[in-house]
This record gives sequence, C-alpha cells and structure tokens, in this order.
Amino acid sequence: MGFDTAYEAITEEDGDQRWAFGTGFADPLAGVDTAVPDGVDGADLAAYCLMLGDDALIMSHRLQEWLARAPELEEETALANIALDLLGQARLLLTRAGHADGTERTEDDLAYWRGPDEFRNVRLAEVRDADFGGLIARLLVFSTWRLALLDRLRGSADPLLAAIAAKGVQELTYHRDYAAQWLLRLAGGTEYSRERMAAGLAAVAPLTPELFLDSDTERRLAPHVAPRPADLRAEFDAVLATVLGRAGLPWPDGPAEPEPRGVHTAELAEVLDELQNLARAHPGATW
Amino acid sequence: MNDPEWPLFEVFLRGKRGLNHVHVGSLHAADPQMALRHARDLYTRRNEGVSIWVVASADITASSPDEKDPFFAPSGDKVYRHPTFYDIPDSVPHI
Repeated sequence: MGFDTAYEAITEEDGDQRWAFGTGFADPLAGVDTAVPDGVDGADLAAYCLMLGDDALIMSHRLQEWLARAPELEEETALANIALDLLGQARLLLTRAGHADGTERTEDDLAYWRGPDEFRNVRLAEVRDADFGGLIARLLVFSTWRLALLDRLRGSADPLLAAIAAKGVQELTYHRDYAAQWLLRLAGGTEYSRERMAAGLAAVAPLTPELFLDSDTERRLAPHVAPRPADLRAEFDAVLATVLGRAGLPWPDGPAEPEPRGVHTAELAEVLDELQNLARAHPGATW
Repeated sequence: MNDPEWPLFEVFLRGKRGLNHVHVGSLHAADPQMALRHARDLYTRRNEGVSIWVVASADITASSPDEKDPFFAPSGDKVYRHPTFYDIPDSVPHI
C-alpha cells in the first residue's frame, strides 16, 4: 500500500483508479502572490479585508445558532454548509488583513481578541433572527449583496482578494439560490407562512440601505482594488425584484437609519461573548 | 391532507471518474426539486460527485427477499452463459 491511512490516500492527488469519487483537494489560493501589490495602501487593504471578513464571520456564527433549531434535518445540514462556506471566506480574509497591514496578526488573533468596537461588520450580519422566515429574508439580502460584491472583486488589483472572490462567488451563488427557493416556498405556502415571510422581510428592510454606503476606505480603494458599494445597488435591486415578483411579496417600505460600519447593536456583544469566550479563557492554547 | 412528513427520496450519485450513478443514501424533501438541493447538501460535501439523480422511494419497485431462490438461484449452475473458453492475451489488462 502506498499510504499509511485511507485519509492520506484520498487527500493526495492520485491517478490511481481505485477511488471512484476522485482524490486530491484544490487549494483556491495555490500559487497566488501574497505580497501587497504596488500602488495599494496596505492599511486600506487590511481595513477592507477586515470589513468583508467580519461580515462573513459574524453571519457564519449567527447561522450556526440554527443547527439544532432548523425545521428539518436536511435544512440543518444546508445551513451548516452555508455557515462553513462563510467561515472559510472569513478565515482567508482575516489572514489577508493581518498580513497586509504588516502586523502579521493571525486569523485567530483577529477573530478572538478584538472587542465589539473593533469589529467592522454591517449590522445585518449580527442581528438575531426571530424565526425561519427572518433567517431566509436575512440570508437572501446578505447573499445577494455579497455575491454582487465578490463578483466585482474577481477583477481586483490585489491577486489574493481576486482569488478569494473567485472561490466565494461559487459558494454564494448557491446560498442565494437556497434563500430564494425558500422564500418562494414560504410565500407560496399557506397564509400563515406568507405572513411570517413578509414579517422576515420587514425585519431586514431597515438594515439594507447601509449596505450601499461608501466608506472612506472603499472610496480610496475604488475602482481597481474594490468596487464602490453604491455600484452594487442596481444588481441587488434587480435580483430582489425578480425573486419578490415571483413570490408576490412587496419590498417593505419604511424608515431606515443607515449607520456606517463600526456602529453596532447590542447583539454583537452577545455573539462575540459566545464566539470568543473559550479562546479568552485559555489564552495561547492550541489544539 | 395534513401529512406533515415529507416523502422519502433515494439519491444516486455519479463520481467524476464513474460511469454510472451509484446509490448513496436517502433523504426527505417536499418535492423533487428540493430533493435535488438536499442531495447536494447532504451527499456531495466531500466532492463525491458531479451528477445527482433523485427518485421518490415510492417509485422504486424492488424484488422481495422471499423470492430470492426462484429469482436468482437458477442462474448459478449454467456455466455455458459465461464466456470462459477464450484465451485472453496478457497485454489486455481489463475486459
């Protein structure tokens, strides 16, 4: 036998026809130059990666809260897959941030040792869902926005950000599809499910305008490294109009008070308490 | 009609190198489209496949274990149905 464990046999690329389902893993960042490109400010790039990474990290954490509460076992696995996809993106982005600003902080340093006032996620990622309808509404808005963003990031001047975006686009296409399918099912189900789905949309509508606010960092990084959030609005509106049109649900009108990134609700502290307490209880520990 | 249980579907998956879909398991879903998505979430997490078939379990007709002997035993003693009288050259590895 050419391997010590069956796991090694599967993870190493092997032309041997023994394994019907294929071997080897593709590393999305293989061969990508990690140096910050010329003309790009490291601090700005790091701040931007932190923004995107925090969105993914906090959203992933909120999704994993559903793991014992989803309506069906298959939905739990689907939500777990979505949460893990976002966690993978967060890990790559946080690592990039720690490297680009020169501090060489690791992903763990950034995830576990920052306080709520240092996190740069949007409020949409941190709010708790009232019910499954709320989750689907939030997931649809988040995935549609993030997919529009990462789609444009594939052409970024920073090769690592472009590679992360290329990987993320495939994942987010599925997340958006998942959320849209469920929205259509709930809206087209019973009167009760329709009502709850509409309530879910009403809960996320006030948090949507701030997704498209330009920050100073993004203004400086546009157009070569990062897109301006305001440019994403058209695609976002078109996708939501298609889905909601099919569902027959209106986008809720209502007052919104957009806040810039860095202003958080009290719920972020709850999320971080759960996310960070183990690492903080045992500083410097490793598995 | 207030049946709360989603119907059962059987999942068949074809790997990158495979020629046929193999049975990998079953799951519950409300309808075939949802079953396809559930199969993607449950059975392709480790890059197992490139093609999924889902079939409602109710549509599958299976042979019964009680009929095993009359169905399958008669083919065990008929050597003339196997092509065993050819000489295969050593340079042909698979046939």
